[in-house]
Amino acid sequence: MAHLITLLAAASIIVVTLMLVYQLFVNCSLPRHKFGFEFFLGKTWDPVSGVFGALPFVYGTVVSSALALLFAVPLGIGAAIFLSELAPTQISNYLTFVIELLAAIPSVIYGLLGIFILVPVLRTVVMPFLKDTLGFLPLFKGPIYGLSMLAGGVVLAIMIVPFIISVSREILLAVPVEQREAALALGATKWESTWQVVVPFARVGIMASVFLALARALGETMAVTMVIGNDPRISASLFAPAYSIAAVIANEFTEATGDLYLQALIELGLVLFLLTILINGLARLVIIATTQKGTTQG
Amino acid sequence: MSLRSRWRKIMNVVMLSLTGLCALFTVSVLFFILGYLAWYGGKSLNWAFFTKLPVPVGETGGGMANAIVGSGKLLLLASLVGVPFGLLGGVYLSEFGGQTFSFFVRYTTDLLNGVPSIVMGIFAYTVVVLPMKHFSTLAGGMALGVMMVPIAVRTTEESLRAVPLVLREGAFALGASKWRTVATVVMPAAMRGIVTGVMLALARVAGEAAPLLFTAFGNAFWSSGWDQPIASLPVMIYTYAISAYDDWHRQAWAAGLVLLALVLVANVGGRFIVSRGIALRRG
Amino acid sequence: MVMKTSEESRPTESAAGAATPWPADIKMRAAGLDFYYGGKQALHTIGLAVPTGRITALIGPSGCGKTTFLRILNRMYETVPHARPEGEVLLDGEDIFSLDVVNLRRRVGMVFQKPNPFPKSIFDNIAYGLRINGMASRRTLAELVEKSLRRAALWDEVKDQLHKSAYAISGGQQQRLCIARALAVEPEVLLLDEPCSALDPIATAKIEELLFNLKDLCTMLIVTHNMQQAARGADYTGFFLMGRLIEFNKTAMIFKTPARKETEDYITGRFG
Repeated sequence: MAHLITLLAAASIIVVTLMLVYQLFVNCSLPRHKFGFEFFLGKTWDPVSGVFGALPFVYGTVVSSALALLFAVPLGIGAAIFLSELAPTQISNYLTFVIELLAAIPSVIYGLLGIFILVPVLRTVVMPFLKDTLGFLPLFKGPIYGLSMLAGGVVLAIMIVPFIISVSREILLAVPVEQREAALALGATKWESTWQVVVPFARVGIMASVFLALARALGETMAVTMVIGNDPRISASLFAPAYSIAAVIANEFTEATGDLYLQALIELGLVLFLLTILINGLARLVIIATTQKGTTQG
Repeated sequence: MSLRSRWRKIMNVVMLSLTGLCALFTVSVLFFILGYLAWYGGKSLNWAFFTKLPVPVGETGGGMANAIVGSGKLLLLASLVGVPFGLLGGVYLSEFGGQTFSFFVRYTTDLLNGVPSIVMGIFAYTVVVLPMKHFSTLAGGMALGVMMVPIAVRTTEESLRAVPLVLREGAFALGASKWRTVATVVMPAAMRGIVTGVMLALARVAGEAAPLLFTAFGNAFWSSGWDQPIASLPVMIYTYAISAYDDWHRQAWAAGLVLLALVLVANVGGRFIVSRGIALRRG
Repeated sequence: MVMKTSEESRPTESAAGAATPWPADIKMRAAGLDFYYGGKQALHTIGLAVPTGRITALIGPSGCGKTTFLRILNRMYETVPHARPEGEVLLDGEDIFSLDVVNLRRRVGMVFQKPNPFPKSIFDNIAYGLRINGMASRRTLAELVEKSLRRAALWDEVKDQLHKSAYAISGGQQQRLCIARALAVEPEVLLLDEPCSALDPIATAKIEELLFNLKDLCTMLIVTHNMQQAARGADYTGFFLMGRLIEFNKTAMIFKTPARKETEDYITGRFG
């Protein structure tokens, strides 16, 4: 009897997930039939004339996430190396605990700090500096508003760093001590043995942590929409405002007039869902394969 | 010492110091966030914040009493969904599950955990808001509840698994059935971990705004019953922060402080309850 | 117990400060060596001279300190917090605790109990030590790798698979790979910590033979649980018991006419 009840509870998880996919799919039939694949190539998002192209949002999501990885991966792996190889165990545990708290901070709070602290700093200090020194690059051209792709990337980076650190640290701690010792015994310095032997040994697990962080970044909504500028344009410059899939859904869902508009937003949601599921799924498979602890690990 | 060894020694010190800086930087971000919120938020916190309703722009003295209560109602509803399914699902995976089916359940749970919260909002919209034809506490609670399930399932399963076999065998040897053993021996032994798991799940969804934007939506006044739109702390923070009014900005900071305090207390408290027993993963 | 020494070669500083000659036939010497893990003393007043160009074996029951002693000689104990030696250890007359540790470890190499090749190709495993120590140019690298593999009696078996993963070969071959890897950086001393304990008898025999052939290249110090191995292959043997060096002498003397009762009891199998 108990077996049945708990079985039903467990099965319901699968059922709900299937329902989720179904609802997403079914509720965007209008734009799917109207635009088909062109939806993803369309550069214009003009609800007034009924033209819905997803490219600016895909661009914004991908570029802001890529930027975030660019900042977060070196920072995260560096910190993970410190915590696993250098710091004494007590300090390492304490610092890791603190870093994991960062992951618990709600997105709106990051957004709050983003709007009132990060964006002004970018606008008044960082961006003018970049423009003066590297302004010949198309990345750093154009007017400076503060709300920008760069701001989105930076906020996302801070939000995903704890995930990279947490998972990478555990993977590094699991590297057998004999590997380190073999390198040291050949006369390697501590850095050489860490970077050239320990980290490569752990590279698959570290890659998985990066994938997980990426999946997280792709789906982030609040903090991104508060700092990215919410302008559906595609620009090479990091100073230009941009728009992500999650952000446009958040902003325009309740304002959407007409079924086509609403369903176009839902189709964007489906895209986001598939993208994050794919990346998450891959990362988890990798983790399962390498740690053999099954899917109960984070 | 040759040039080469000198270079290697320098590289060693430089690179290792850099890694320390990375760790230091990340940790200081947390303290920076805490500090800023304590400062700005603390300045704007007053009794009115907790007791008054929002007032129209231009007037001062408003508060977020409805948002605080609203978040409470939403979390209550979320628990009604998240806790039973989470607990029972976790019990199944730990105690009753077969190999293949359990694998699929776990894999799906992890996938569900990775679904962006805004997509959960869309899901709740299609399933609750569309049929009801208006926003409601129910819709918001459902979205949050579904988000709680994966976390609750995982932590319940891990807590149960951590209970030593000898305890179960003691009960079996006395003639207890599987269900009785689980209910009366294993679960009480795992209770700390389970409670913490629920706390962490609540803390996680308490901070979510995205799934509420078009399910619970928001409300400038008190919301009665469960079928009306309702205000919540995270959504208020968002709405006020992006507005153009200084007074609302101040209130957003105050609300941010309150929300962060609640979330961090739940997280830190939860970890202390469990100490070193079970490794808990954030969602 | 300290081995009697003779012959003179380079003058060197001893603990007393006066220049005394460092004999050519001693490679490393420990004097008055104590070792602590935190508050617990693991080694007591060890005095031992490792003869140059010979194989010296350290035998004794589990936990007697022989591996602890071995790991002091290339300062590997430094990876363990609260591990602390007191006393003197000299390499060619130089105090190893004042030498640059990275350089010391190149001169005093180590082979571990379980084979631990890097997750790289066979070639890159050997090349690793050469690369970080700047000991080879791109042209000479391949030659030096081949030289090491030949010395470790592994070349013929792997010469066509140099770029395959080091994990693709058998355990015995992996251990010979680790020996080749250690040899590539041309150490003066090679420390071996029970190198055959994880291997089958055939692989063990191959390694014993290869070690015998390496005597001209470097001084070897091998910790072993296997008394027959020591009796077969080592020129000198030291017997450790409970953190002390009980007896040290030519192998033949230790096994045929041990001077101490404890040695005799261990050798005749009266305790483990």
